Amino acid sequence: MSMIEIEQVSKWYGQFAVLTDCTTHVNKGEVVVVCGPSGSGKSTLIRCVNGLEPIQQGTILVNGMTLTDPKTNLSKLRSHVGMVFQNFELFPHLSVFDNLTIGQIKVLGRSKDEAAARGLKMLERVGLKAQAEKYPGALSGGQQQRVAIARALAMDPICMLFDEPTSALDPEMVTEVLDVMVELATEGMTMMCVTHEMGFARKVADRVIFMDHGRIVEDAAKDDFFGTPRSERAQLFLSKILHH
Amino acid sequence: MSYSWNWGVFLSPTPSGSGTYLGWLLQGLEWTLLLSLGAWVIAFVLGSLLGVLRTVPNRWLAGLAAGYVEAFRNVPLLVQLFSWYFVLPELLPRGLGDAIKQSDPLIQQFIAALLCLGCFTAARVCEQVRAGLQSLPRGQKNAALAIGLTLPQAYRYVLLPLAMRIVLPPLTSEFLNVFKNSAVASTIGLIELSRQGQQLVDYTAQPYEAFIAVTLLYVLINVCVMFGMRWVERRARLPGHREGQ
Repeated sequence: MSMIEIEQVSKWYGQFAVLTDCTTHVNKGEVVVVCGPSGSGKSTLIRCVNGLEPIQQGTILVNGMTLTDPKTNLSKLRSHVGMVFQNFELFPHLSVFDNLTIGQIKVLGRSKDEAAARGLKMLERVGLKAQAEKYPGALSGGQQQRVAIARALAMDPICMLFDEPTSALDPEMVTEVLDVMVELATEGMTMMCVTHEMGFARKVADRVIFMDHGRIVEDAAKDDFFGTPRSERAQLFLSKILHH
Repeated sequence: MSYSWNWGVFLSPTPSGSGTYLGWLLQGLEWTLLLSLGAWVIAFVLGSLLGVLRTVPNRWLAGLAAGYVEAFRNVPLLVQLFSWYFVLPELLPRGLGDAIKQSDPLIQQFIAALLCLGCFTAARVCEQVRAGLQSLPRGQKNAALAIGLTLPQAYRYVLLPLAMRIVLPPLTSEFLNVFKNSAVASTIGLIELSRQGQQLVDYTAQPYEAFIAVTLLYVLINVCVMFGMRWVERRARLPGHREGQ
């Protein structure tokens, strides 16, 4: 069963086409990695999946709900879809603990105790329970991103979206974030990840999508993609990022 | 120049016999404080609301707030005050207008000055709050929406608390301006601090003492405001960020 269905989606900024006729899907329990050169529209596509960016054409379904339908309660839908951003986007005026509980309390209506228990459990899971009382400004980039993942998990998401989660990190912090993501993937979380971490893709992805100039150029099972990508563009991209 | 200084004038009794000239000044100070603090509450609440409206993705609401700002920022304060005091009662339905005109003149003057200063300053607060909101990284709004907060919740719990911290220093200036601008209320007859000073000159012919005292009282108010706002700034500083960052 498809968790995310993207059907013939197109998007323009004025005259400029950012996405052209994109069609793909993410099945329940599947891990799909989206890669491609910068400016190819991969981040835009993933932001469209929880309605942070409007689309001009096509339909997106998440867990059977149509995003483009004006009757859909977008906030409610988003509360079930975890999202992790390139620049972490923790709320700097709230402690780590409050970052983890605010959504649970204000959106899911959980009690403070309930939210605290769930928040601390997620924090423990990413190995940062000791940092609960600190503020985001006092944490390293890798720690902040792990807190951001914990914040998303605390909402008990049905799937997770990652928008280049390791691109803004110092090299030595990439691993700690990827480890958390690998663990999530092996537990069966449905994930759509925009990333250049091909090692991560090799390890846990079921499928790899390659985008260029706003189009989905390649949508293949992992082994096919890393074996012999059909498109020349994807071959070139892989040769560039794998040989350095 | 032969001017005979007489600092004792403040303690001499007024013509009515009840109280001293110092008492007059303190009465004026009371009205200035009441008027300015009241106007600041209006300005802060209304200005914040308008500042939010200017940034929401709705053309009508944003346009409405922009229109408000242009109207209240481009008309001289004195003209606005006369409009509130002399023109507004004429524009209201006859019954209501007459009721206003027959009420206690002091109340009329105070309400007109309060609304005038509040609405004028709100336009300026609005622009600062808008600037603060627009200076936030776009990702903060996305992150707030992504955990399922509605747009009003995102403003309430994430965007406004951050924007307000950024615009605290310019807001302090506006707060100070309210006290100084409140002197225009003397033109419609409200006996606030500056008007009391003038009255003192008329009765005692000691202009230097009177105006020095009035000036010092304004400075005293503003020093208190400044220290108060500095305290707020210190309290609200984002943890883990150094001063000046």
